[in-house]
This record gives sequence, C-alpha cells and structure tokens, in this order.
Amino acid sequence: MNIRVSDIAAQTVSRIEVARVSISLGEGVDAFEAIRDLNFAVVPGEFVCIVGPSGCGKSTLLGALAGHLPLTQGQLTVDDQQVLGPSPDRGIVFQQHTLFPWKRVRDNIAFGPKMRGIGKAERRRAAQELLKLVGLEGFELFYPSQLSGGMQQRVEIARVLINQPRVLLMDEPFGALDAQTRSLMQEVLLDIWTKMPTTTVFVTHDIEEALFLADRIIVMSARPGRVIDDIRLPFARPRHGELVTETSSCG
Amino acid sequence: MAFQRLAERMPGLRWLTRAASILACIGFWQLASSLHVNLGIVTFRNVPPPTEVVQSAIVLLKSPKLLAHVSSSLWRVFAGYGAAVVIGIAFGFAIGRSRAASDLLLPPLELLRPIPAVAWIPLSILIFPSSELSMIFITFIGALFPIILNTVHGVANIDRRLVASAHSLGGTPAAILREIVLPGAAPSIVTGLAIGMGTSWFCLVTAEMISGQFGIGYYTWEAYTLQNYADIVVGMLVIGLLGMGSSWLLTTLGHYLMPWRHPAVAR
Repeated sequence: MNIRVSDIAAQTVSRIEVARVSISLGEGVDAFEAIRDLNFAVVPGEFVCIVGPSGCGKSTLLGALAGHLPLTQGQLTVDDQQVLGPSPDRGIVFQQHTLFPWKRVRDNIAFGPKMRGIGKAERRRAAQELLKLVGLEGFELFYPSQLSGGMQQRVEIARVLINQPRVLLMDEPFGALDAQTRSLMQEVLLDIWTKMPTTTVFVTHDIEEALFLADRIIVMSARPGRVIDDIRLPFARPRHGELVTETSSCG
Repeated sequence: MAFQRLAERMPGLRWLTRAASILACIGFWQLASSLHVNLGIVTFRNVPPPTEVVQSAIVLLKSPKLLAHVSSSLWRVFAGYGAAVVIGIAFGFAIGRSRAASDLLLPPLELLRPIPAVAWIPLSILIFPSSELSMIFITFIGALFPIILNTVHGVANIDRRLVASAHSLGGTPAAILREIVLPGAAPSIVTGLAIGMGTSWFCLVTAEMISGQFGIGYYTWEAYTLQNYADIVVGMLVIGLLGMGSSWLLTTLGHYLMPWRHPAVAR
C-alpha cells in the first residue's frame, strides 16, 4: 500500500448520527449525567463545531464518538455502523501532549500504518507525504519535546490523517496554543481540510474559532449537556483570517 | 563572592579547587595515621596511611587473588541481580497492569518488603544447600523490591491519553504494551534498576563477610581478621570501584535505551 495525498482525498466521507444519546460518568455517589438525550446528524463532508461552557459534556461526546466512552442510552452510528470501540476510522486529536514522547516525528506519524502491518520503508514514505501536507518537512527525526506546541499539533493531525479516517474528531486541538499560533493553525487546518475533505467534529469553547472553521455550529447547554442551538454558517470558502476580525467587529 | 567572580573568569580554577579538596583529605589521612592521632571518639592508631594502602594495592594487583575475589563477587551480583531484574520487571508489569495479579502477588510482597535483605542472611544459609546460593539469594532479595516497586509505579502511571490515542490509531493490546507501556515505564524501571544495583552490592558485601570464602567482601573482612589493615582499605576501594562501574553501566544503558530523554542536537 502506498499512501499519497491524492489517494487520501479519494477516501469515503461519512455520515454521523447521534440518536437519543445520554452518558453518565463517575461511579457510585460521584456519578453524574454529562450528556442528556442528544440528537443530531452530521452529513458527509461537513465541518461541525460544538461549542458550550466548560463541563457541558462536549469532550465527553467526542470521547464517545471516538469509542473511548460507553453510552448510557441511545446510539452513535457512523455510516449506519454502530460505534462500539476505538477505530482508526475515527481519528481523534486531543489538546496537547498525546504524541508518543519516545518516538521521532516520523515514527509517531507512521504508528497507524505500523499497526496495520505495513513495512518500514513503505510507512516512512507515507509519513513523509503527510509531513509535507502539514508543512513540517525536515522535522522527521525530531522528538516531540523538541517541537513547539503548534508543530506538535501538526504532527498530531498528520498522525491521524495517515489512517485515512472517515471521521476527524478534534478536542480543542488548539486550546493550548498562543493566539497567534492558534489562528495560523486554524488556517493550516482549513487548508488541509480543503485538500482532503473529511467529516469533522471540532470541539471548542472559542466562538471565534468556531465561526471561522465551521459549516455549522452546535451549541450545548451547561451540564447535563443538551443541544440548545444549531446554526448553519453562510460564509463562503476558502476562508482567511480577515473573516474572524470582520465578524468580531460586527458583533 | 570574590572567589565566584574569579572562578567565572578562570574555569580551570574550579577544577583546581576540587583537586585541592581531595588532596587535603588524603593529606589529613596521611598525617593523622602516621602520627597515630587520637581524637577521643575516633583514633587513627590502627589506621594504615595512604602510602601503605597504595603499596598493598600494588601487591594485590600483581597477585592472582584479585581476579579470583572480584570475579566471584561479580558472578554473584550477575546471577542474583540478573534474576531480580527478570522477575522484578515481569512481576512489576503483571501487578501494574492487572488487578487480579496485583491482588494475588502484592500482599505477600508487601509483608516481606519491610524486612531488610541483610536480615535474610541466617535463614537463607539454612534454606540453601550451599553458601554460594545463599549469597546469590541475598543479592537477589536486595535488588528485587526496588525493581518491582519502580516497575509497578512506571506501568501504573502511564498517561491514559497516550493509551487512548494508541487505541484510536489501531493499536492492539499487545502492541500497546510493547509500544506505549514499556517505553513509558522505562524511566521508572531504570531508576529501580539503579537503586536495586546499589542495594545488591550492599547485600552481597555483607553476605560475603559472613559466609563467603571468596569475594571482595570476604577479602576485606579477612584482612581485618588477619590484621592486614592496609588491605581493609584496599578492599573498600575495590568495592567502591565496582559499585561505581556498575552504576556507570546502568546510566549508559539508560541513555542508550531512552534517547528521547536527552535529545542531543535537533539533527
């Protein structure tokens, strides 16, 4: 198997269905309902941002979509297939520090192909392609600790995209970055997303970020999290940094 | 202050100071022992001066005895410590990863842990048919607990988000153990190995003094009973050198096995 960006772009994009989903977390007296009766669908290729106050269960929902958390009620499906556990089909990017510190950038990115049993030369070539896509050529032999926060997030994105996921899940991926790097990374993400449109669910508490990135914003209430608004954004693509300043000055 | 400012201008001065400090200690030792100084609570009456120690060291270096003593000590450490490394890491992984293994293995270990390894010497002489085996056992016990506990600590404290990421990237449980848990626990394991190496030598020397017929601990104790006082110090120095060598070996191994901990230059 030889992964090229053009091949990746030809992947299938998926539909996500969230049906009557409730999730309780904690055990015994500490148990609480994080999400109550959530209902919505994401159409193939859509970029959805989920916003809401901290503790509204938006990360919980993403964890459930990734297959890391069991549902208390309801059903999650991707292309009519029920989500029962983690899968490389549903790539997840966390806020920070989830690169493997003992693997060089190249081998972090090539982790997915390695798990699929693809040979060393082959997977390194694929990793090289992804490095080019996220603009990190020349850094293949670095360890994560030698990279800046923004560069680490680029590697995270590359590591997930190399698996050609049907769904991209992002849990405040730029939340730990400084403002300048964050807006740069938002443009980088949109650029990548244009090259390989993937159904994306992006969790953030930054409204401006959501306005800049999304086709659609789902607003969640405080705990237990429910959908309280569902907004479709009319802004044309490709989008650039000016959009953010325009909308914020309007508001 | 004046010294600090001077030292900044001449880095060689700091080395000079350090060398002078060691020389001063040796000088004091030479003076105190040759003058048979008695300070009340300590007396240098029977302490051999450094010059005699150097002569004895040269004699020992030339005799075949040194190799026999050192090699039998090294063999015991190799066997006892080696067994502790294998069993300690295996048990540590089992206890750190599985609740069942933890309930099964941990209670007896927790009961035995407060007993210092040296306290095992009499019983181990009774248990084992040869004094050789009992000394290896003491060395093993000394290293076992630090290795187990540090391995458990390292394995149990793996960042769960790293494991979750690996799952999401298609990692099977076996692959996650090999690719995530093992390297993630490695720094803690190596710390356990270093502590274990220290206690291992400590226990070995004690055991050799009590029941050995060869070995560097036995040599040191024999020197005392035969009143070859200079040889006592020679034995101490050899023990120190062996300890230093083995801890250097571990540090080097740690650097080699965990290059990400000290990424040299970017490329």
